Amino acid sequence: MSNTKYILGSFADPDDMMHGIDKLQANNISIYDCFTPMPIHGIEAKLGVKPSRLPIAAFCFGALGTTLGFSLLYYTMVYDWPMNIGGKPSFAMPNFVPVTFEVTILLCALGMVATFFFRNHLFPGRTPRVMDLRATDDRFILAVDAKENADHALIDSLLKEAGAVEVKYNDRKYVSYE
Amino acid sequence: MSSHNESILREPLMTGKDITYAKITDDILLPVENKPNKAWWIGFTVAVLGALLWVVSVSYTFWTGIGAWGLNKTVGWAWDITDFVWWVGIGHAGTLISAVLLIFRQNWRNSINRSAEAMTIFAVICAATYVVAHMGRPWLAYWIFPLPNQFGSLWVNFNSPLVWDAFAISTYFTVSLVFWYCGLLPDIATIRDRATGLKQKIYSVLSFGWNGSVKTWQRFEIVSLILAGISTPLVLSVHTIVSMDFATSVIPGWHTTIFPPYFVAGAIFSGFAMVQTLLLILRKVMNFENYITMFHIESMNIIIMTTGSIVGVAYLTELFIAMYSRSEYEMYAFENRMLGPYAWAYWSMMTCNVISPQLFWFKKIRTSIPISWILSIVVNIGMWFERFVIIVTSLHRDYLPSSWAMFYPTWTDVGIFVGSIGLFFTLFLLFLRFLPGIAIAEVKLLLKSSSLQHKTKLAQEGAFPAEQVEYFQESLEKYDSVTEEEIKELSVRK
Repeated sequence: MSNTKYILGSFADPDDMMHGIDKLQANNISIYDCFTPMPIHGIEAKLGVKPSRLPIAAFCFGALGTTLGFSLLYYTMVYDWPMNIGGKPSFAMPNFVPVTFEVTILLCALGMVATFFFRNHLFPGRTPRVMDLRATDDRFILAVDAKENADHALIDSLLKEAGAVEVKYNDRKYVSYE
Repeated sequence: MSSHNESILREPLMTGKDITYAKITDDILLPVENKPNKAWWIGFTVAVLGALLWVVSVSYTFWTGIGAWGLNKTVGWAWDITDFVWWVGIGHAGTLISAVLLIFRQNWRNSINRSAEAMTIFAVICAATYVVAHMGRPWLAYWIFPLPNQFGSLWVNFNSPLVWDAFAISTYFTVSLVFWYCGLLPDIATIRDRATGLKQKIYSVLSFGWNGSVKTWQRFEIVSLILAGISTPLVLSVHTIVSMDFATSVIPGWHTTIFPPYFVAGAIFSGFAMVQTLLLILRKVMNFENYITMFHIESMNIIIMTTGSIVGVAYLTELFIAMYSRSEYEMYAFENRMLGPYAWAYWSMMTCNVISPQLFWFKKIRTSIPISWILSIVVNIGMWFERFVIIVTSLHRDYLPSSWAMFYPTWTDVGIFVGSIGLFFTLFLLFLRFLPGIAIAEVKLLLKSSSLQHKTKLAQEGAFPAEQVEYFQESLEKYDSVTEEEIKELSVRK
C-alpha cells in the first residue's frame, strides 16, 4: 500500500482540465477539488458545487445597515435631541436618505466580505493550504483523493489522456506547511 | 468554459506572440520580483521630496491654524476645497472602471482595473487630508461623527450635506479599499508561491491563505459582482453629495439643481484623464504594452471625450439658466465669472475642459500616445480650474460690495497642493514596487478569448469569413504593439 494521499493532475490548459473532469467522472472517480490561477466558468456545475449563498448574506447585511442607519438618524434627530432648524420639521425624511444609504452600502460590503473570509477561512496570517505551488501561477490542478479511489493506474492514464502535463503522487495533503 | 470564441470583429485586448499563462505571470511580476530600475528610483525620489513638502506644509498648517492659508473673510473656501474636490473626482475613475465596467461586462477593464483602483484609494487619502486640515482644529475632526459628547446629548446635524459628506467619503474609502484588497488576494498568493524566505512569509500573511479552490473562486466572483453592484450607486452618491455641499447653499453660482450630474460627469472626466496619465507611463516603463493596448487607450479617450462633452453642456446650461432666471445675483455671478477678475481662470477651464477633449473626435489624435498624454494633463489642469472657478469666483464678490476681495494663495496653499501630488505618486510608486500593477488572474481570463494570439490561431484555421479577418486586420493598424508581420499572418491559412 502506497502512502499516496492525493493524486494531482497538473494541466497547462483549463479546457484540458475540464476534459479531465469529464473523463474521471465518466469512470466514477470522485474529484476532491480543483486549484486554478483564475476563475473557471462552468466548473461549479460540473463538480456539483452548489451556488453560493453569499448574495443572501449581502442582502441581510444591507437590510441591517438600512435599519441601523435610519434608526440612528431617527433617534438623534427626532427622539433624543430635536433641533429647531429654520422652523422645519425634525423628522425630515428626504434628508435622511444619504446617510441611510451610505450606512446600507457600508454594512452590506463589510458584512458580505467578512462572511466570505469566514466561510473560506481567509484571514491574515493563515497558513496557505496549497497542494501545488504552481496552482496560483500557470497550472490548473485537479486533485483526486487517493485513499477513496484505489485504481491509481486508471486515474493516471485518464489524466494523461485528457492532456495532463504531469501527474503527481503527494504523500502530504499540502505542500506549503514547511 | 475558460475559452469562448469571441468574434473577430472585436479588437484584441492582449497582443504579443507566444503568450502563455506563465509568461503573463512573469511579465506582470517583473517589477515586483526584481530590484527597481533607475526610472523608478528617479520618480520615487522626486515623489518623496514632494511628499516631504506636503508633510511640512500640513504640519505648518496644523501648528499655526488655517491662517497659514490665503483665506480671508470673504473667501472662506479656496484651494483647500478645490483640491479636495479635485482629488475625490480623480478617485472616481477607479471605481468606475472596477465596478461599472464589470457590471457591463467590459472585459478591457481587466487590464487596467487594479492600478485604477489603487489610484482611487491614494486619491481619496489625499482628498481626506484637506477635509481634516480645513477644519482648523484637526484633532477634533471626529466631531463630525455622531458621538455623544460631554456638552450634552447634542448630535451632529444630519440635515447638513457636510455631515453626509463625512459618511459618503469614509464609506467610499472603506468599500474601495475592501474591493481592491479582495481582488488582490489571488495575485498576492501568486507572488507568495513564487517567493522564498522572508518575502514569502510577508506575502503569505498578506494573502490570507488564498489557495484558488473551486469554492474560493466561486465566492470570490460573487463578492466582486455584488461589490461592483453596490459600488456603482455609491460612487454616484459620493460626488452627488460633494456637489450638494455647494448646491444646498444659497450662494449664487452654487445654488443649482444641475450640480449632481454635472459633478459626477466631471469626476469621471478627470478620473479617466488621471488614469490615462498614469497608464501611458506605466505601460512604457514597465513594458506592459501587450496588456494595456491601444484599444484601452482609445476607449479611455472616448470616455474622456464623452464626459468632457457632458461637462461642456453643463457649463452652457448653467449660463443659460442664470440668464433665464432673470435673478440679478445669479446673472451677476456668471457675468463675473466670464468677465470679472477671474476671467482667466474661467477661460482656462473652458479651453481645457470643453475644447481640448473635442480633439479626440479625430482617430489620429486619440490613438496617438504623446498627444493623449498631453491632453490628459490638460484635462486635469482644466478640472482643477473648474473647482477653483466654482468655489472662489462665487465667493469673492458677495452680497456686500464693501467686502469684495481677491484670493491670493500663500506658500502653504501651494505646498499642500504640490505636496499632495508628491504624496499620491509616492504611494502609487510603492504600490507598483510591491504589488502587481495589473490584475494577473483577471488578465489570464483574456488569453483564450480576446488575445491576438488566440484570434490569429482561429483565423488561420479558417473559423472566420475572409472579409471579417480583413476588417480585423485594418483595426490592428493603430496598435503600436502589433507588427506588420503579425497582421499579415492573420490571412495565412493553415
